[in-house]
Amino acid sequence: MGNLELISKVNEVLAEEFEVEVETISADANIKETLMLDSLSLVDMVALIESEFGVKIKGTEVTTIKTFDDLYGFISERIAA
Amino acid sequence: MNRKVVITGMGIYSCLGKNLEEVKDSLFNGISGIVFDPVRKEMGFRSALTAKLDEPDLKKELTRSQRVYMPEQAKYAYCATRDALKHAGIDQEFLDKNEVGLLYGNDSSADAVVKSVDTMREKKDTTLVGSGAIFQSMNSTVTMNLACIFKLKGMNLTVSGACASGSHAIGLGTLLIRSGLQDCVICGGAQEVNPFSIGSFDGISAFSTRENEPTKASRPFDKDRDGLVPGGGAATIVIESYESAVKRGATILAEIIGYGFSSNGDHISVPNVDGPSRSLNMAIKDAGIDIKEIGYVNAHATSTPVGDRNEAKAIANVLGDHKPEVTSTKCFTGHEMWMAGASEVVYSMLMMKNNFIAANLNFENPDEDSAALNIPSERVEKKFDMFLSNSFGFGGTNSTLIVKNID
Repeated sequence: MGNLELISKVNEVLAEEFEVEVETISADANIKETLMLDSLSLVDMVALIESEFGVKIKGTEVTTIKTFDDLYGFISERIAA
Repeated sequence: MNRKVVITGMGIYSCLGKNLEEVKDSLFNGISGIVFDPVRKEMGFRSALTAKLDEPDLKKELTRSQRVYMPEQAKYAYCATRDALKHAGIDQEFLDKNEVGLLYGNDSSADAVVKSVDTMREKKDTTLVGSGAIFQSMNSTVTMNLACIFKLKGMNLTVSGACASGSHAIGLGTLLIRSGLQDCVICGGAQEVNPFSIGSFDGISAFSTRENEPTKASRPFDKDRDGLVPGGGAATIVIESYESAVKRGATILAEIIGYGFSSNGDHISVPNVDGPSRSLNMAIKDAGIDIKEIGYVNAHATSTPVGDRNEAKAIANVLGDHKPEVTSTKCFTGHEMWMAGASEVVYSMLMMKNNFIAANLNFENPDEDSAALNIPSERVEKKFDMFLSNSFGFGGTNSTLIVKNID
């Protein structure tokens, strides 16, 4: 999966799950604010990324992922590894 | 303190309709909500009969974060409660400014439990279960969801009393208001309809196997009954002190004048005569009425051979020579279990307010005990101003409510 394709897919699944317009997602936007996540729905985001991309985000790692760009980078790194 | 408790609002989401008007029409016209579900047959069910109702789509009125914690029965309960509050003339401002309570009957949430355990077994990773599973899986799922959605500030409690849950919820709400601890309580009962929730019930051969005639399978009091049909949905009533209703300028629909309860202290699934009789007598004593004032009895009768027989004996023993019409609306809905005690108050209210008693569908031939009761097989056009509603459950829990009309 290319980088642009990955970004597009991540945005698409997140927008659908958390019921926001995909256009509201931008690389430097804060994930929690954009998707209106609280501590519980953050769990759903972690589960979604794991089920869609096979990438597990540990509890300590999730706190380092602030923006969508952080998330794209995390996923592509893990996929490459 | 012993305050008058009145009903000021009702809402329902059942196999007979998605609002009061639709449900009233189904009762009036004798339209059953029972179908054959081929999925259950594929799953190995002994009986694939069930009530049929669609899960409501709440995407337009609740956010994702509100919906994700709701199993199907909480969605039904939300619809019933939303409508009951509207019927009562209660808005969010009232709920914000007053300590309105919530007592709702629910005694399972199997679908969420099964699905999350399946995920854990397959994936060996609890995160993948998702954030909604824990809240959907608990018995108190209905009250926890409704209390948060409607921002309720009073009593917040699920009543788990098997098939008497909804009735006990109303009875206990009545006690809270009588005693002055609450002015207004949202009461009800909810029941999931998915196959996982009742597979084990099917396994003990409790269900009718009259699969070739789904609408004739639930036949309370009929000599040829062969078991119950599972149903579900949710029903809500808003109850409050007479003073609270008057202060709000609410339309008062009826008064809850009697609550009786008892435990059989006997077999876990087989009902007896003594326990229900004591529940009936306690409710009549609590109401302080002459039994001749009772114009209609909404029986628990689920269409099982022993249960209907023993209830018929109990009703005949308690009411003696007084013979008001006795029916079980389960002939329309199947057994709505945790919901039944609340929904049957709504069904009885609809009949009382519209001057009819729905037919006891499929009552073709009485048995020795039901012959002693006045069970109409056709709709009766009749004005009545008081009804008694029975609900009994596994473990021998019994509840009886008596409701008086207010025009």
